[in-house]
Amino acid sequence: MPDPLLEVRTLDAYYGDFQALFGVSLKIAAGEIVAVIGANGAGKSTLLKSIAGLMRARRDAITFAGEPVGDVPAHAMASRGVALVPEGRRLFPSLTVEENLVIGGQLGRPGPWNLPRVYDLFPVLAKRRDAPSTSLSGGQQQMVAIGRALMSNPKLLLCDEISLGLAPIVVREIYARLPSILREGLSLIIVEQDIVQALAAANHVYCLQEGRVVLAGAAGTLTRDAISAAYFGV
Amino acid sequence: MEWANIILQGVLVGGLYAMFAAGLALIFGVMRLVNIAHGDLIVLAAYLALVVTEALGVNPLLSLAIVVPLMALIGYALQRGLLNRTLGDDLLPPLLVTFGLSVIIQNGLLELFTADSRRLQAGAIEVDSIQLGAGLAVGTLPLIQFALAIAVIAGLQFLFYRTAVGRAFRATSDDQDVAQLVGLDNRHVFALAMALSLAVVAIAGVLLAIRTNFDPSIGPARLIFGFEAVIMGGLGSMWGTLVGGIVLGVAQAIGAQLDPGWQVLAGHVAFLIVLAVRPEGLFPKVQG
Repeated sequence: MPDPLLEVRTLDAYYGDFQALFGVSLKIAAGEIVAVIGANGAGKSTLLKSIAGLMRARRDAITFAGEPVGDVPAHAMASRGVALVPEGRRLFPSLTVEENLVIGGQLGRPGPWNLPRVYDLFPVLAKRRDAPSTSLSGGQQQMVAIGRALMSNPKLLLCDEISLGLAPIVVREIYARLPSILREGLSLIIVEQDIVQALAAANHVYCLQEGRVVLAGAAGTLTRDAISAAYFGV
Repeated sequence: MEWANIILQGVLVGGLYAMFAAGLALIFGVMRLVNIAHGDLIVLAAYLALVVTEALGVNPLLSLAIVVPLMALIGYALQRGLLNRTLGDDLLPPLLVTFGLSVIIQNGLLELFTADSRRLQAGAIEVDSIQLGAGLAVGTLPLIQFALAIAVIAGLQFLFYRTAVGRAFRATSDDQDVAQLVGLDNRHVFALAMALSLAVVAIAGVLLAIRTNFDPSIGPARLIFGFEAVIMGGLGSMWGTLVGGIVLGVAQAIGAQLDPGWQVLAGHVAFLIVLAVRPEGLFPKVQG
């Protein structure tokens, strides 16, 4: 494996007295897709929030592009090239569709993504550009959330449960767009409960259970039985 | 004609109340901070203008060129150095700290300037008036004040809905975590909002000081007027704040006409009526 773009080393995370992650380690190289799977409450979202800087960690617990960034706040991680598509989409309700996208690119990081490219990727958004973001369907809102993250021209895109609450056909449509996003050379960490979708897309898989990595490996090498054992802890 | 005159004066003073309110609404909207020291900051701006006009011998309206940027600077520093540390899930710390700040400003001004009533002298413009018809006249100064108030409200509305800074304000107001994910540094955005709020406070303070006597103790009453205008207007738009200010100004003018002792009371009564009939304000925030 070449030098990883991101390396997480024995990361612990806490909500007050509650420990959500126990010594989690993970690596992703440039251009790779890593899937993080696990049941509800396994610590998947916490892992992404820690990487994105929304939760502070030990300085050397997270290395991004060769630099320790565990204690770097979220806005500074964004300017280094990490973007998170948060669980539940979380668009800015008082901003229009286009404003949501534009604010995603407000740091002005150079790269292939801009407003026209995002509209090419999700043509339906171009038609609704001046609509309040709250008036869109769930799937369209998810497209805005992904577009908003892409607008920052990230090196690493973190996607938290992008299929949650969406109809299967919409999920397939969004996943069908992944290859054209990846063509731009970014790395992707997807967190999913929908294992089939995640396994089909990913190079590497990490399975979390109660805050610990219980299974990790190349997507092709893991058997279904090993995954369900790790997932359900049986 | 007498009543038309009274209502007109009420509308004009409402512009001033709207400016008291706009600064409050701005920072409450962006960071959920209730600034108890807001009224005292208005008075602080008035004293700054007093110092500037006395030192330079310029018209109070010209002193705005110094007082406005100075107050904005104070606002930025106050937010970065103090108020950002009080913000969190709990609404109480910012309330307590700004209450303390209010006490400090009042007593600091008392130490420096004594309790004497002061006034900014704007010259002949103070008594000039424009005749609108038989028995109906408006003072030039109140008219300038009202025009400035409209310009400030329109400027804020434009800034909020048409500029990148305004977008950052709205985004941070909507969702602080996600605002950070798109690269907005909350501490800086909040400080910009406070700077803008105190720039508006500076204009309001100078206009207040030209209009009436002031002393270090009058801040809290201006704070109440500001709150009432914000709540009557609702948090949906800056224009709502202007309407809230006008409703308050007109109610006070009518009250004062009926009995001079009823001026402030009539404003409070109008506020209570709006609160009872439309608790969300006249122009409520649309929530998605």
